[in-house]
Amino acid sequence: MAVPILHKRKLIPGRVSELVLEAPQIAAKAEPGNFIILRLADDGERIPLTIADTDAAKGTITLVYLVVGKSTAHLETFEAGDTILDVCGPLGRPTHIEPVGTVLCVGGGTGIAAMHHIAKGHQLAGNHVVSVIGARSEDLLLFEKELTAISAEVLVATDDGSRGHKGLVTEVLEQRIQQGIEAGESIGEIVAVGPVPMMRAVAELTRPYGIKTTVSLNSIMVDGIGMCGSCRVTVGDAVRFACVDGPEFDAHQVDFEEMMRRQCTFSEQEKLSYDHFCRKCHHD
Amino acid sequence: MTKKKSKILPRRSMPMQDPAARVGNFNEVANGYSLELAQEEARRCLQCKTPTCQDGCPVEVDCKRFIRELAEGQVEQAFRTIKETNSLPAVCGRVCPQENQCEGRCKLRPTGQPVAIGRLERYVADAFYAGTACEATVGREDCPMIREDLRVAAIGSGPASLTLAGYLAAQGVKVEVFEALHLPGGVLSYGIPEFRLPKSIVRTEVETLKEQGVEFHMNWVGGKTMTVGDLFDQGFKAVFLGLGAGLPRFMKLPGENLIGVFSANEYLTRVNLMGGYRFPDYDTPVFPGRKVTVIGGGNVAMDAARTALRLGAEEVRIVYRRTQEEMPARLEELEHALEEGVQLEILACPVAFQGDEGGRLTSMRVQKMCLGEPDESGRCRPMPVEDEAYDLETDLAIIAVGSGPNQILLNATPNLGLNSRGYIEVDQETLETNMPMVFAGGDIVTGAATVVEAMGAGRQAGKEISRRLLKQG
Ligand SMILES: Cc1cc2nc3c(=O)[nH]c(=O)nc-3n(C[C@H](O)[C@H](O)[C@H](O)COP(=O)(O)OP(=O)(O)OC[C@H]3O[C@@H](n4cnc5c(N)ncnc54)[C@H](O)[C@@H]3O)c2cc1C
Ligand SMILES: Cc1cc2nc3c(=O)[nH]c(=O)nc-3n(C[C@H](O)[C@H](O)[C@H](O)COP(=O)(O)OP(=O)(O)OC[C@H]3O[C@@H](n4cnc5c(N)ncnc54)[C@H](O)[C@@H]3O)c2cc1C
Ligand code: SF4
Ligand code: SF4
Ligand code: FES
Ligand SMILES: [Mg+2]
Repeated sequence: MAVPILHKRKLIPGRVSELVLEAPQIAAKAEPGNFIILRLADDGERIPLTIADTDAAKGTITLVYLVVGKSTAHLETFEAGDTILDVCGPLGRPTHIEPVGTVLCVGGGTGIAAMHHIAKGHQLAGNHVVSVIGARSEDLLLFEKELTAISAEVLVATDDGSRGHKGLVTEVLEQRIQQGIEAGESIGEIVAVGPVPMMRAVAELTRPYGIKTTVSLNSIMVDGIGMCGSCRVTVGDAVRFACVDGPEFDAHQVDFEEMMRRQCTFSEQEKLSYDHFCRKCHHD
Repeated sequence: MTKKKSKILPRRSMPMQDPAARVGNFNEVANGYSLELAQEEARRCLQCKTPTCQDGCPVEVDCKRFIRELAEGQVEQAFRTIKETNSLPAVCGRVCPQENQCEGRCKLRPTGQPVAIGRLERYVADAFYAGTACEATVGREDCPMIREDLRVAAIGSGPASLTLAGYLAAQGVKVEVFEALHLPGGVLSYGIPEFRLPKSIVRTEVETLKEQGVEFHMNWVGGKTMTVGDLFDQGFKAVFLGLGAGLPRFMKLPGENLIGVFSANEYLTRVNLMGGYRFPDYDTPVFPGRKVTVIGGGNVAMDAARTALRLGAEEVRIVYRRTQEEMPARLEELEHALEEGVQLEILACPVAFQGDEGGRLTSMRVQKMCLGEPDESGRCRPMPVEDEAYDLETDLAIIAVGSGPNQILLNATPNLGLNSRGYIEVDQETLETNMPMVFAGGDIVTGAATVVEAMGAGRQAGKEISRRLLKQG
């Protein structure tokens, strides 16, 4: 179905934007952890984006994307009032949410927006949500206001110290885990969404504590409905398809090394595609 | 017998694109008969008193009759005859494994030169231009008005659902087709390449169905966007599941996740559905392979191998556990692949994929096989030859060793009865599942089969559904 864009908000101009789409069927069914696949033009590719928020009453879903290549750069040229050719969803298994006490939700980069929907789900389930977010600097922090509205605590780290802790999110996370343990708090789960190196660092950090840790994997997808195997990841002894078996998996079981390598499968062509797009733009 | 044989002219060959030229493009390989050639071929038919050709066709096309009509120059009448039972002749004429079906049962088969029924069917479908959508769908002009109160949902838009939709529309029943991908057609769109089945043919079939009142909803995932229950809540009277068998099977070998190892489904989807052969004008990248190995011996393997050649591979090898004789591919596809320069590595079974430090595929370890005693399927069982394994250099390996049922809807519909292989269980007569008024057909019931068998199932379910709905009034 062709889907109209109701609002567009430039969160970090030229790099990260938020779109609110009118997609009542998807909004009615979307749960935290779900994503959609969109296509912008007849010659376009299918790209997955996480549903960062939904408003079932208004029939809208929210997407947040980082401009990294051809398709996201193309998407950045879309404005409110334009329509997106194809939006398919909601896809993926929803986050497994149950009352478990304290849940630490870690987000990095645009992963913060994706994490937001999961954090919201945990808050609705009555969990004590602690959001831990990080970025290079204050102006690159996303969704802080939205997270403040639904989290019991929001902890911030920036590389340059322009806001919150100066350093990595994992350092803030470790402090918070320690603090919780000392206070006898039951930390039921840790959720991490962001760049793969961050998710891997979180997995390594929490492993010795034996706390259940969940990551949302963004492997390369084509159909998103389990028909191609492009998105396959190794989890424990098994090969799983991130689009239908995930995208969330037990962080302690994921082969991040393999996943990072597979994300680079098409890097040469992706560069070519982006250059091709830029050349076309300059000709127009 | 010998006397008869001498009178029979040789089977008319079909004009083809030259192999050297065609590996450089994605245009259709077989150009089709001219009227003259088609009529010459049609006149080879013996018009048998008890023809056997029709028994070989899963949808029972009256081959003898349409061939006679064609021989007499009545193309329109031939079209109507075919359309009585086959809603997609332009597709079937191109992709049916005729040697196992109609032509396999032709009385002339023993001469090695059966009537080219498939090519004639294709000719008729391509040559006749139907005046109305009703005529194009069922070959008649008396389709009733669509009754909007009798709504049937078909999930999936492969040949099974398209046939069901055409059949029901012709009975005046409203059909809405729901498809997860952005284009309709199922395997006809995402799997079978342009050079074998031009996508314009699939588009035309879909457009005709639309004119007939069939509605198409794309990007709609059954079990996710809506459930089967939701459809009944919305007033649909019956639901048909034509989900297909698109789950790619891997081999669980070491190194299978290296960069450069793909399922045939991924490779073909990138090229066909996404137009990746036109990259970078189209966005979807296709992995470039210099030395390509394709694993498997069916149509899917042939399509992947021939696609890789067209995308500029220096060398393409098909690695198969048995020998050329056992390959399940359509005869014509195998012949075309060989003509185009695809090499066969028979009696070979991959055991591992090997890569460099960057995780990129560099070679495949292969076990030499020999043929043992026939197994349950009647084919000789391949057995490893001890101590005979070797490496094949390759930077792109495409796995085409079979597929399983598409999972999403099955997972979302736990009450649906499945068989031990994970496919949907149906009543053989009605194609109804264990859920009342939920029907299923095509690959999701049989496992990977053929286009025409999926169509047969769509027609069978359509008959049953219309019988029940129209009886209720
Ligand atoms: C389940 C899931 C949810 C995602 N959610 C978000 C989100 O909410 N916001 C966001 O900004 N990004 C998200 N992504 C990543 C996003 O899909 C990619 O950034 C996007 O596809 C890049 O396309 P491009 O053409 O602009 O860049 P390209 O230059 O083509 O690619 C840049 C990098 O993005 C990745 N990528 C490329 N194509 C795909 C593809 N088809 N599928 C997945 N990854 C790909 C590759 O690692 C590649 O190296 C998500 C990915 C997945 C799998
Ligand atoms: C590469 C290749 C080559 C082939 N070559 C030949 C050939 O030459 N001759 C021949 O006779 N046969 C051939 N076949 C087999 C033939 O294509 C299939 O048997 C036939 O297409 C099955 O038809 P179907 O309608 O059952 O399903 P499909 O054609 O598989 O269509 C199923 C559709 O359902 C959709 N779907 C699945 N789940 C959902 C859901 N939950 N919601 C919405 N939609 C959904 C899928 O996206 C797909 O579009 C080939 C197959 C392949 C893969
Ligand atoms: S539908 Fe297929 S099997 Fe039947 S007559 Fe036509 S080509 Fe032969
Ligand atoms: S069996 Fe062969 S020769 Fe006989 S009617 Fe059929 S097509 Fe003609
Ligand atoms: S994206 Fe194709 S199987 Fe997951
Ligand atoms: Mg891209």
